[in-house]
Amino acid sequence: MNPAHRPVSPHLQIYQPQITSVLSITHRATGVFLSLGLLFIPCWLFTVLAGPQQYAALQAHLGAWYGQLVLVAFAFSFFYHLCNGVRHLFWDAGLGFSLPVVYRSGYATLFVSVILTLLSIYIAQS
Amino acid sequence: MDQLSNPLARARGLGSAGSGVRHWWMQRLSALLLLPLSLWFVVSLLVMSRREYLELLQWLQAPLTATLLLTLLLALYYHALLGLQVVIEDYMDGPVSKIILLLLVKGVLLLAAVASLLALAGLFLSGRTAG
Repeated sequence: MNPAHRPVSPHLQIYQPQITSVLSITHRATGVFLSLGLLFIPCWLFTVLAGPQQYAALQAHLGAWYGQLVLVAFAFSFFYHLCNGVRHLFWDAGLGFSLPVVYRSGYATLFVSVILTLLSIYIAQS
Repeated sequence: MDQLSNPLARARGLGSAGSGVRHWWMQRLSALLLLPLSLWFVVSLLVMSRREYLELLQWLQAPLTATLLLTLLLALYYHALLGLQVVIEDYMDGPVSKIILLLLVKGVLLLAAVASLLALAGLFLSGRTAG
């Protein structure tokens, strides 16, 4: 068979989605999404440097519904990637590999990142 | 079985990317560094989102903020580069498209990193001279 047309493993379509695999791909997806946010950091810093009018204009966009939506998406991605990253660091140290623990830490990661996202929404609104 | 070379020597250079131990290790080290720094940054942003412009400017111009933020950004762009590299290496098939996309991503990240550092330096210096 032509090397270019060989089937590529893993065949993600034939797998039943499991909490473990879904959380794993979410770690990568949030990582890629957060990388896009890195492009916003220089824009934000230059806007602050430009002066109060420019900064107010940016704040108006971030305060609008679409800006808030993006900010919440970034907050959840950040907290998820952080929590699941800690989970990965434990695995790298050889800890928490048994299946029950993997499932429990997975649900804990989801729970904590949702709580932290809600908490940051509360702090930003109050 | 080739027993003349030790296991580490045989493992070196294997894997889809041709190398990897250093990449793997640096990804973990930068993650450890980012753990406290990114939390500090996000909490600060949440607090600063409720403050006036001048307060934000003074916070960014403070030597401690500038130092931590510079360290954070360097680690952040490095960590993002390492992570995106793995994603590209895993999901792109064909060495040519892989290399082209990798170079493109590296170039964009480099530009964003340089722009961030420049803005940060500008903020810091504006605080020293105009102050």
